[in-house]
Amino acid sequence: MWVYEKKLLYPVEVTTCNPMLARYLMEQYGGADGELAAALRYMNQRYTVPDKVIGLLTDISTEEFSHLEMLATMIYKLTKDATPEQLEKAGLGAHFVNHGHSLFYENAGGVPFTATYIQSKGDPIADLYEDIAAEEKARATYQWLIDISDDPGINDALRFLRERENIHSLRFREAVELLKDERDRKKVF
Amino acid sequence: MQNPSYRGSYKPFVSPRDPCPPITIKYFVLPPQIFTNFQQPGLPQNSPEEALMQGSLWPKFVDGFSREEGIS
Ligand SMILES: [Fe+2]
Repeated sequence: MWVYEKKLLYPVEVTTCNPMLARYLMEQYGGADGELAAALRYMNQRYTVPDKVIGLLTDISTEEFSHLEMLATMIYKLTKDATPEQLEKAGLGAHFVNHGHSLFYENAGGVPFTATYIQSKGDPIADLYEDIAAEEKARATYQWLIDISDDPGINDALRFLRERENIHSLRFREAVELLKDERDRKKVF
Repeated sequence: MQNPSYRGSYKPFVSPRDPCPPITIKYFVLPPQIFTNFQQPGLPQNSPEEALMQGSLWPKFVDGFSREEGIS
């Protein structure tokens, strides 16, 4: 069960109409290492991990959805008043004929989201190491987005999102340490 | 805000036939979390306002990133 708060996790300031930047941000919206992939991956893995780390996966998955909402806000605002011609110039012509001004889960290259981006192996260490890699890849994507964007408002929000990936990565590595502690421990059930 | 202690660098191979002007030193990110395996309790904390702005309750795990760094 979730409680929804009708505000963004972090304020997003968009002052320009910049469909090209919107297109790049879609990498983190519906891309392989994006927020949707992260949220769905953790939400699904949490059923088959040891009890100790279920809560962590729930919490981080929930936070990723709030990141997804921030990305959606940025993309929407950067494109909402763009003309079809402007969208076409930004490489979003194909997006426009299929989706109009609405958003869709696809990456910067227009490839639609697919569940094959994520995995659930049913092996806690395999799953957690995938999660750590996902966080570092998301961090790197944010770096390249910051480097390609010259919009200070967007870059401020991207910088915030990048720092969150640092913490998520650390938490997942702590989860691995917690599981390593179980090694050879004599237990009476 | 970027912390130089969370960056690495190396000298890439430069060929006399490189088509673009060569970059002689390459920088890359070594984010703070990789130097901690398990967070110890009682770390100095940001104020709630600072934490919201920084994206972390603990300054220790904030390294910042800006295009002015010129990493890519
Ligand atoms: Fe994350």
